[in-house]
Amino acid sequence: MSFLTKIGQVPTDEQIFNSNNDDLANEDAGKTTSCRIENVSRRSFLKVSGLASSSLVIGVQLASVQTVSAAKSGSSDFAPDVFISMDKRGTVTIICHRSEMGQGIRSSLPMLVADEMECDWQRVIVEQGLGDAKYGSQNTDGSRSVRRFYTRLKEAGATARTMLQTAAAQVWKVKPTQVEIYNHQAKLKSSSKTLDFSQLVEIAATLPVPDKKTLKLKKESEHRYVGKDTMPNIDGEAIVSGKAIYGFDVELEQMKYAVIARPPVLFGKVKSFDATEALKVPGVVKIVEMPTLTPPAVFKMLGGIAVIAENTWAALQARDKLKITWDHGDNANYNTKKYEQEFVKALKNPPHTARSRGNWEDAKTAADKIISRNYYVAGIAHATMEPPAATARISKDGVDVWTCTQTPQSAQSTAMGVMKIPKEKASSVKINVTLLGGGFGRKSKPDYIAEAVFLANETKMPIKVQWTREDEIKHGYYHSPSYQELSASFDKEQRSTGWYHGMVNHPIGSTFNPAAKEAGAAELGQTDMPFDIPNIKITNGESETSLRIGWVRSVTNINNVFAVSSFADELAVESNKDPKDYLLSLIGKDQFIDLAKDKAKYSNYGESNEQYPIDTSRLKNVINVVAKDANWGKKLPKGHGIGIAAHRSFCSYVATVVEVSSREGKIQIEKVYYAVDAGKVINPDRVRSQMEGAAIFSTSLAYYGEITADKGIVDQSNFHDYELARIGQVPVIEVNIIKNDHPPAGVGEPGVPPFAPALCNAIYNATGKRYRRLPLKQYGIV
Amino acid sequence: MIELTINNKQHKLDLPDDMPLLWALRDIVKLTGSKYGCGKGLCGACTVHMDGIAVRSCVMPISAVKGKSITTIEGLSENIDHPVQKAWLEINVPQCGYCQSGQIMSAASLLASNDSPSDDDIDQAMSGNLCRCGTYPRIRSAIHLAAKLAKEVK
Repeated sequence: MSFLTKIGQVPTDEQIFNSNNDDLANEDAGKTTSCRIENVSRRSFLKVSGLASSSLVIGVQLASVQTVSAAKSGSSDFAPDVFISMDKRGTVTIICHRSEMGQGIRSSLPMLVADEMECDWQRVIVEQGLGDAKYGSQNTDGSRSVRRFYTRLKEAGATARTMLQTAAAQVWKVKPTQVEIYNHQAKLKSSSKTLDFSQLVEIAATLPVPDKKTLKLKKESEHRYVGKDTMPNIDGEAIVSGKAIYGFDVELEQMKYAVIARPPVLFGKVKSFDATEALKVPGVVKIVEMPTLTPPAVFKMLGGIAVIAENTWAALQARDKLKITWDHGDNANYNTKKYEQEFVKALKNPPHTARSRGNWEDAKTAADKIISRNYYVAGIAHATMEPPAATARISKDGVDVWTCTQTPQSAQSTAMGVMKIPKEKASSVKINVTLLGGGFGRKSKPDYIAEAVFLANETKMPIKVQWTREDEIKHGYYHSPSYQELSASFDKEQRSTGWYHGMVNHPIGSTFNPAAKEAGAAELGQTDMPFDIPNIKITNGESETSLRIGWVRSVTNINNVFAVSSFADELAVESNKDPKDYLLSLIGKDQFIDLAKDKAKYSNYGESNEQYPIDTSRLKNVINVVAKDANWGKKLPKGHGIGIAAHRSFCSYVATVVEVSSREGKIQIEKVYYAVDAGKVINPDRVRSQMEGAAIFSTSLAYYGEITADKGIVDQSNFHDYELARIGQVPVIEVNIIKNDHPPAGVGEPGVPPFAPALCNAIYNATGKRYRRLPLKQYGIV
Repeated sequence: MIELTINNKQHKLDLPDDMPLLWALRDIVKLTGSKYGCGKGLCGACTVHMDGIAVRSCVMPISAVKGKSITTIEGLSENIDHPVQKAWLEINVPQCGYCQSGQIMSAASLLASNDSPSDDDIDQAMSGNLCRCGTYPRIRSAIHLAAKLAKEVK
């Protein structure tokens, strides 16, 4: 399901977060070409170290993808699966079909394939897949690349290995069971005979592809790359030598540079404009009026006036000199502060119940004590270090795009929409995926790709659209601000008898249908609250917005878990209990939580409840592990405090302990501990780095993250007023990865939700002050 | 006409005086290793060396580098063997990698003036370089390692 096929309809949260929402039928898949971002390790470095002067992108080559059909049609190269091909020298090319934005997927997925295939890692090249439905979903969000493709990719590797084994058996005229495959070689058992993969390519290519059911997949204990800490980052050398190519770095012959002055208010229009002065800037080529955006925003172009120039500086200078009169339209009355008051009203009598167990109203009436608190978390922007950028070239053969996208298939359908290309000609639109300078959800919204394609078509020139930092901050798809009310009831014995949680935000659905008002994504952290309490009521209010609302790393888990985990800590303090022990007691017995019993809609991150149950024993385990690592209960130095929070998201269980100090009214984070249970792990070092990164991403949002708007115009513009955490604010972060045999789960996002509440719980522990609003900047303590 | 040296190569560039060095490097000389992140000297992604000192190329007008020697990430070493690069690979510092050219250039500049920086020295010298992915703890470790590697080389 593509978002673009759903324009005008409200996608459900389930569709947004859990579906393979960019799948686009492309049956003519075998004829595509691929953008090859070379694995710039020492073995291939020379190939790309020179700057190309041809029309090809620097360091990026176009190469044919080997396909099954190529193998079957008699080519001597071996291509047993869409993800794998091998040339006569035995060099194995593995397609990475998911986008690399720092999570290490270009290393992790090929490691899985190469391990199963028994490749020598030194003879593997990783090729970035084009947007193409033949790979299955390429939508790299929702922390699901490994979760969704673990088995599929093991099977791809095992298919190749099995065929090579059969090929060697034919050469030696023995049964395949007499052949062992190890590290790019076949070995005849009880002999010293060996054959290199290169010697088996031609025979293997003639063999039938074995039935999946007959494949023997490696056991965990047999893995040589998977689960090992010693694997290098496939793009490491390219990155540290400045050769890695991001969306911003694409250069084509005759290419022009574009920047766009977009309407300051969403759905605003250009009333009139004067480009006389802009056109006088040396190097300016053309001024183009962009199409006006009408609701819904979806992933469409925002409109405005584009400047096309010979270089970025000329384009920026000319954009400053444009004289534009805007019609700001109906959204010019949006004000964040006013909307906070609307949020409070919206929770007076919220019309939507997301989960209901027992009878909260009765529990409240019968209660000996009720504790109520409310929490506000500001809206945030993605602030990827690389702002959005896309390069497009139109030719008689179709459309070529080079871009940093999380979702190449959705980018493809967006480009097709701009060019009015019918579905059956999808293969004429090639989305070449570069590295992404950060994603966090921003680059799964291809509005910038639409702009590049539109301008390339208007000007008949290759065009690179670059967003400035100001563009990125002022025209984002923001994580919504949110307001939440929580209450808990207790009986005379201080046992918790009831739990109420109301939440309102601007729903993501409003970006797809302005009529969507019900607060979005309750199921991420609100509905799936894990406490074993007899009476539960979880509600959502309604609101309208005038900004584009989108998903940002871990989505509404950010605000929901901040409220739930802060509130749990407050209840512990009120009850005079240790916060860690109290948290464990709230979670209660070991069980699989069945939300359907509580009349809750829960799509479980798109996974089945059988394979990925909500398992309270695993949640309690990460809490116990992180507490032990942090030496929870230890005597802390004066002015120090410690806090804990835990949450299951994207099917992973993560617990965080933060230790802070308070000196002269300022908070310093002293130490951070994570325990993560993500099931089977391919690349432990990248799991660790994702947790480190999540802690720091969350430090930024807890300290500084706040997008506000007045008269419909976003107030912030660059890193001076939309600040991010800097190196001196970040301590050592210790990550403990729980080893087990559960199915693989998400890693990119689950580290984010528990951090901010653990931090604020630590600040309370250190100072006795409870902060229920984020960001903390407003209190002058950071 | 502005004459300058970039990665030990002489260049004559006919550009407006106010064009920031970053855009001259990226769009004109086609060295895209130095990154755009903010255009205001706030994030450090564009960091290069001017006569060995780390500067923010996004706010450095080309006229100000007349006759100077500029080193970009592409010119830091011939074979990816600068101690900072080696340490970065050893510790597996980068995530998305976009800010890392700037981080590495700042780190190399720090080590050129301080061969055994403390954590505080590092935090101070590197405070102008933002990383949204959150590689700061590894950057700190990698700079300590680079300092050690640099001494071994000597």
